[in-house]
Formats: sequence, C-alpha cells, structure tokens
Amino acid sequence: MNNWKWDVFFEAFPIVAAGLGITLGLTIATYLFALLFGFVWTFINRIPLKPVKWLLTWIMEFIRSTPPLVQLFFIFYAWPMVPVVGFALDPFTSAIIGLGIHFSTYIGEVYRSGIEAVDNGQWEAARALNFSTRQKWTKIILPQAIPPTIPMLGNYLIIMFKEIPLASTIGVAGILNLANSYGAANFRYLEALTIVALLFLVLSYPSAILINKLERRMNRRFIKGEPTGSKPVEKEKGAVSQQ
Amino acid sequence: MQGIGITIKVLIGSIILGYLMAFIAGFSRLSRNPILKYLTVFYVEIFRGTSLIVQLFWLYYAMPILFGIDIGSDYWAGVLAIALNYGAYMSEIVRGSILSVAKGQKEAATALNMSRFQQMRLVIFPQAVRMMLPEFGNYLIQMLKATSLVSLIGMTDILYYGDILRSNNLSQAPTVYLLVLVFYFIMALPLIGMTKRMEKASKKGVASQ
Repeated sequence: MNNWKWDVFFEAFPIVAAGLGITLGLTIATYLFALLFGFVWTFINRIPLKPVKWLLTWIMEFIRSTPPLVQLFFIFYAWPMVPVVGFALDPFTSAIIGLGIHFSTYIGEVYRSGIEAVDNGQWEAARALNFSTRQKWTKIILPQAIPPTIPMLGNYLIIMFKEIPLASTIGVAGILNLANSYGAANFRYLEALTIVALLFLVLSYPSAILINKLERRMNRRFIKGEPTGSKPVEKEKGAVSQQ
Repeated sequence: MQGIGITIKVLIGSIILGYLMAFIAGFSRLSRNPILKYLTVFYVEIFRGTSLIVQLFWLYYAMPILFGIDIGSDYWAGVLAIALNYGAYMSEIVRGSILSVAKGQKEAATALNMSRFQQMRLVIFPQAVRMMLPEFGNYLIQMLKATSLVSLIGMTDILYYGDILRSNNLSQAPTVYLLVLVFYFIMALPLIGMTKRMEKASKKGVASQ
C-alpha cells in the first residue's frame, strides 16, 4: 500500500472531476435519445406485417447481442466512410447515437412490455368511445403503459451511466478519459483511476437505492390496489437486471 | 480475423470464473457468519456500482502499482475484471433464487431432520437452480459483449485486429467493422439459442404460476 500518495490524489482529483460535467451530460443526452428512439422500435413493431416484424426482431437481436464498443467504433470511424449517406460526426454526437441506439433496443422492449400489460378492456373501451387512433394512444394507452415501467427505465439510466465511459475510447473528455491522460502524463494511474471508480460509486450507488425505493412504491400502487385493472408488467425479454 | 481464438478464450475463462464467483458470493451473502456476509455485500456493491471498463483499467494499470503484484498477463486482467463484475451481478440472482424457494420446502426439510447442508444440497438448491437459468443465459450474452473491452488493454482479440485493418486502409472501415459486428453476432447465436433452451428447461414441469 506504500505506493499510494495522497498528494497525487488531491492534485489529480480536480483534474479528473472536471470531466464529470461531460460524463453526466453525455449520460442524459444518450438517455433521452434512447427514450425517444425506443418508441420508434415499439411502433415499427406494431405494424401488422409479418416480414417487417421478422426483420425488426433480427435487427434488434443483432444490435443487442453485439458489443456497444464495436458499434461506437462503427459510428465514429466507419460512418464517415459509408458512401452516399456517410458524414463525419464529432465524438460526443457519435457517442450519443452509438450508445443511444444500443440501449434503445432494451428500452423499446420495456415500452412493449408496458403496452402489453394494459388490459384488453381499455383498448375495447377506447374503441367503444369512438376515440381516434391518436386519442387512444395519448389519452388511454400510454398514460397507463408508461408509469409502471418507470423503475425499469430508471434502472437502465444507471446501467447506461456505467457504460458511458466507453465513449472515452473515441475521445470524449469524460472522467475516464481525463484520468487516463493524467495517468499517462504523470505515470500515476493508480490515484487517477481510483478517483474515477470512486466517482462512479458515489453517483450510481445512491441512485440505485433511490430506484429501488421507487420500484417498491410503484409495486404497491400498481399491483395491489387495482383501480384500472392493469396487469403487472412482465419482465422484459433479455433484460439486464440491476437490483 | 485471427482474433476469434482470443475472444473465445477470454469468454470461456470469464464464464467459468464468473459463475464460480456468482455461486461463492451468492452463498456467502446468505451465510450466518456476519464477517463473510458483509465482506460479500461490500464486494458486490463495489463491483455493481462502478463500470466494467473502469474496473478493467484499474486491474490492469492501478493494481500492479498499489500492491506491487502483477496479475501476470493481460489475459488474466481481462478475465478477472469480467468475471468479478458479472460474478457480482449474478451472485444477486443466486441469492434471489435461493430466497424465493418456497418456505414450506425448508420447513419440510427441517421436519425430515436434514442438516443445513443437506437441506441446501438436496432440497433448496435443485429448485433454485432452475430459477437462475434464464437470467444466467442473458448474462452469457452480456459477457460476450464485454469481451470486446479487452482490446483496450492491448489484447489481440477480434476488435483489435479490426482496428489494425482499419488503420491500414481507412476507406475500408465500414466493411471491417460490419464484419466484426457480424462475427460477434455469429458467436452470440448459439448463446441466444442456449438461453432460449434454458428458459424452456426452467419452465418445464413447473405448476401454473
């Protein structure tokens, strides 16, 4: 343990922590992108055409079972080289798109489970009341489908937060990137990387507890006393469980 | 694409060590010994609270400085990081499954005058394992994805060779990375199939829920 130097720790801390804004900003931007893009998957999936569904299932399976790191490299290094549609993206945007698309496949699955958990009677009622398609979705189905999935979506926020340092590999100056360059410049990897680990722990552990509490409260509200008659949300396929 | 061998080697190493870790940590967490229990909680929370890539870098760069020990090779750093990380996640599944075995089973085993070890081995564990199977399958695919990170500490896996190919010939980048992605997908296919089979196996013979 005698290689640990506190002065290096305190010197490196502000330098590494300066990347916190970028890391958090990237997390939120990627999360919003994934939330929006998740809807795209869900709604394409509802097109009642067999080939579309089949193709979509395979695309989603493909995105989900290949490493996000490679997808990130693809967006950053390969996309500008793609003929006709390709154009260069800066690291930050590539990270949002690359990681966002990867996680949107999981989030789309969460939405799907939420929508399927809405009771059949609700769909019938919407039709019986002569609601338009838009009204049906915005006034009846989505308000019931989305709230029960909030804890799951929260879990994905934490999971995503922990995947965000992948973006340092394409040069986004988040905390991991700054720690690595500090380590390389001063040859003190130990303190710099420990700071990164500490920052992640400090940020993700309390939020995990918070989500857990939220989940318990939601369970009480949506599964026990049943005002709307919705079924409990089934666990989504291929989920990465957190708690 | 000579890198496939390395990727598969890392994957197999991580799977074996990861499952081992999961069972060890899962059981210790349920242990009656408070020291063992809280040590495990500490381990699980640390590894679940930080990201895999940070742990990998820490094991590879920081660990040798801190304790003066070298893990030996980048292979072991990679396998250890993946196994410890996913072992922590999976230990929660082990724990959850054991706890969710119906209480009556344990009472019945006690009534039959079984020792604690016998109870676990003969009654609880066989029932818990089938509950773990589907989740374990999901983590197989997660671990495959995680192996791509080892290229960052200089291991010559698929992604590493892909990167070299790209830097030799920049305009080929789309083809190269698409190929890498397809290779990963091909490796994932048997795992996906296995997961589905594990899900089926775990449902077999279970009375209506």
